[in-house]
Amino acid sequence: MAYQNEKLPEEKVFKDPVHRYIHVRDRVIWDVINTREFQRLRRIRQLGTTYLVFHGAEHSRFQHSLGVYEIMRRIIDTGFSGREEWDEDQRLVALCAALLHDLGHGPFSHAFEKVFNLDHEQFTQQILLEQTEVHEVLSRVALDFPQKVADVIAKTYPDKLVVSLISSQIDADRMDYLQRDAYYTGVSYGHFDMERILRVMRPTEDQVVIKDSGMHAVEDYIMSRYQMYWQVYFHPVSRSAEVILIKILHRARHLYETGYSFAQEPFHFISFFEKEFKLKQYIALDESVLLMYFQLWMDESDPILADLCDRFVNRRLFQYAEFDPASQYMKFGELVGLFHEAGLDPEYYLVTDSSSDLPYDFYRPGEENERVPIYLQMKNGDLRELSRMSDVVDAISGKRRTDHKIYYPEDRLVNGNPLHDKILELLKG
Amino acid sequence: MLLQEHAKIVQFVSLACEVNGRKKMQKMVYILKKMNFPFVEKYELHMYGPYSEELTLRVEELCEMGFLAERFEDKGSYKQYCYQVTDEGSMFLNTAEEPRTQLSDCIERLNSKSSRFLELVSTLLFFDQLDKEQQIAKVRIVKNKLNFTEQEMDQAFEFIEELQLVSAG
Repeated sequence: MAYQNEKLPEEKVFKDPVHRYIHVRDRVIWDVINTREFQRLRRIRQLGTTYLVFHGAEHSRFQHSLGVYEIMRRIIDTGFSGREEWDEDQRLVALCAALLHDLGHGPFSHAFEKVFNLDHEQFTQQILLEQTEVHEVLSRVALDFPQKVADVIAKTYPDKLVVSLISSQIDADRMDYLQRDAYYTGVSYGHFDMERILRVMRPTEDQVVIKDSGMHAVEDYIMSRYQMYWQVYFHPVSRSAEVILIKILHRARHLYETGYSFAQEPFHFISFFEKEFKLKQYIALDESVLLMYFQLWMDESDPILADLCDRFVNRRLFQYAEFDPASQYMKFGELVGLFHEAGLDPEYYLVTDSSSDLPYDFYRPGEENERVPIYLQMKNGDLRELSRMSDVVDAISGKRRTDHKIYYPEDRLVNGNPLHDKILELLKG
Repeated sequence: MLLQEHAKIVQFVSLACEVNGRKKMQKMVYILKKMNFPFVEKYELHMYGPYSEELTLRVEELCEMGFLAERFEDKGSYKQYCYQVTDEGSMFLNTAEEPRTQLSDCIERLNSKSSRFLELVSTLLFFDQLDKEQQIAKVRIVKNKLNFTEQEMDQAFEFIEELQLVSAG
């Protein structure tokens, strides 16, 4: 039997707290899961620094990737299979793309990418297309199969329906992470009736659409997403931890570039500091490696690096205040001067950070608006854009919410010290 | 410096005098980034080609801050947002670093082109790690509904070469 059609002698199941069971029958999927690059995702948390706020949020990208695969499998095997609009030949590429869509994520990837100017999507492509175990498994299907999987993830695959199943405003990726993140953080929002949504999903030539009777289930999904972004993903304390993480990496790079002699050679980082790293070195990094360095750097003689690492490891995070860059950017200049005077390097101890989200948007012909909307399929077959039919979704459509904060180490500012009092007054005033 | 990246966008609009259309703005900044001008906004491939949510956000913030003015124009078959620098924005620009001299020249060339053409150029550049034939094949897949002609493809490649020369100084 051709490898691409080969089934396991017995179905494998993973016990999963969100989807109950994750079912694997395809040999290819089983072999991909067992590659070193996929197993690496066990060592990368799905929510980065969020575990410092919601202690349950220790779940990994491995779990999420399996979850996205399972949702995709259910969409195809129990929803699309047998329908005229669905091409059964796309099943395996869709399943592999779902499983591998986050393969290139690095440790604390948002912070790491920001500091070293990297793009995890680029690494996903590289892992799929270069000499890796994942590439070797996918190539056994067909020589061009790794490229097909890479194209689906990069949104350049000719079959737009397959692309929309993992990259659209209602896709397998979002449906898994909203439920999984809600489960592990322990919050009560983030839940919606996914079974219902899967039952009302319909394939069309270009994208997946929703049968009109499923509108209320989709409303619930959009509102879950809205709540999760502001209550979990943009939690200011989690952002504070990320701010410190970014500053640790900046400081370590600065010290390396200025010839500082590390007590512990930052072996894993050198190629990144020198911007000459190879894929192998990127894959070698995970969150345990970073956390080990942070532990070691707490004993470095550089006081800034040692302090920042101590803050991250022992959760002595920065305090935050509301900050409006439009009206307060002059005040920021004043604060920079006062921080210098107080012996706090503002480069590391005075940080602004913004969060922004657009919960749902629709496409307006002729003008730049990049989000393909969710369409409801009416009984006569017509498609209607969701916000035109739903008052709930209409109320939040196209409405971006942005939040700016300024982070600083309040524990270093002592009440009664005139300089510190002035700083605190400016920060909180 | 605080708002350093915001300042680069204000500087870009200032050098363009006016940018007509969000799509045009997106594509111009992407192409300039590909010409090694120091824009940091992260781009992904979307419906109209390379698109940056970060740039959208930055422009919205700049409008809220009063540094950019957004004007809505109803063109009948489509609607368009146009951007100019305000007086406050010009003052804010004093805090920005001087741009490379070639930036102005590149912006002028880009601003004279249509959004459709810039969409083609930016999408080709998105696939610039591929060889020319593969780049064209990719554009034909992701932009299958736009039916770009051979002539447009040739013009786009010529334009990219021209920009590379200008930006290199």
